[in-house]
Amino acid sequence: MTCRQVVELMTDYLEGALSAVDRARFEQHIAGCDGCTAYLAQLRMARKIMGKLADEPVPAGVEKELLEAFRSWRSTR
Amino acid sequence: MGEPRFDSDLEALRAGDEAAFQSLVQRYHTSMFKLAMTYVGDRGVAEDVVQESWLTCLRSLDRFEGRSSLKTWLFGILVNVARARRRKESRILPFSSFWRRDDSDSRRPTVDGSRFGSDGMWSVGPHSWDNIPESNVLGAETLQHVKSAIDALPAKQREVILLRDVAGFEATEVSSLLGISPANERVRLHRARAAVRQALEEYLR
Repeated sequence: MTCRQVVELMTDYLEGALSAVDRARFEQHIAGCDGCTAYLAQLRMARKIMGKLADEPVPAGVEKELLEAFRSWRSTR
Repeated sequence: MGEPRFDSDLEALRAGDEAAFQSLVQRYHTSMFKLAMTYVGDRGVAEDVVQESWLTCLRSLDRFEGRSSLKTWLFGILVNVARARRRKESRILPFSSFWRRDDSDSRRPTVDGSRFGSDGMWSVGPHSWDNIPESNVLGAETLQHVKSAIDALPAKQREVILLRDVAGFEATEVSSLLGISPANERVRLHRARAAVRQALEEYLR
């Protein structure tokens, strides 16, 4: 496998969607390739950063409105 | 999916527990809002979509059988509400730019060909981040760049990466929430992640 091919298989690899044969060839390439090793590590880091985006605080006004909507739903039950 | 299971969040909502509701809002709001923005493109409308989704969820709590998680069910409602709203908005606006033609489903290379030699091996490899302290890589400024990179993606890629990598759904849940095949989900995810990595590489070099 070439690096050009390997980078296009990175998501299938990370998502566990490669066949056993392709996975073995992929891992064999990665083991001997600094560029592809770095690329894979960067994709993993990108995922880690994206996971942090969900932790952004809810704007206070928005939260207040949602809580009011919740209370009005509860009062009609 | 599967057998009904006990879900403490669900039980708390059914009991009208406001603190439990607030904690769910804090956990899911950003993901819900960003996903809504993928469809409607206007902050005010997106906030409406999120609120309507919560109300739909609350009003149908008693009918919810718990065959999926509360989270999956809630995001499923959001996708439906947001898509309905987009259809309504696109009747008002003559052209919808949200779903312009894009290459989300293409298998074109995601890394510029000029970075490889004629043998297909890296000639300009990725610039390693090993020397950058992790606190910088995970810092607020980097987060801002990642946010912008996601916002710049075509909608079809954005909805997939938001559900998979921001909201943290399993790949199978993402494809079923969006009604696309698992293979299609991975193609879009691949393009989206490659674009986010590329934006990070440019920022962190």
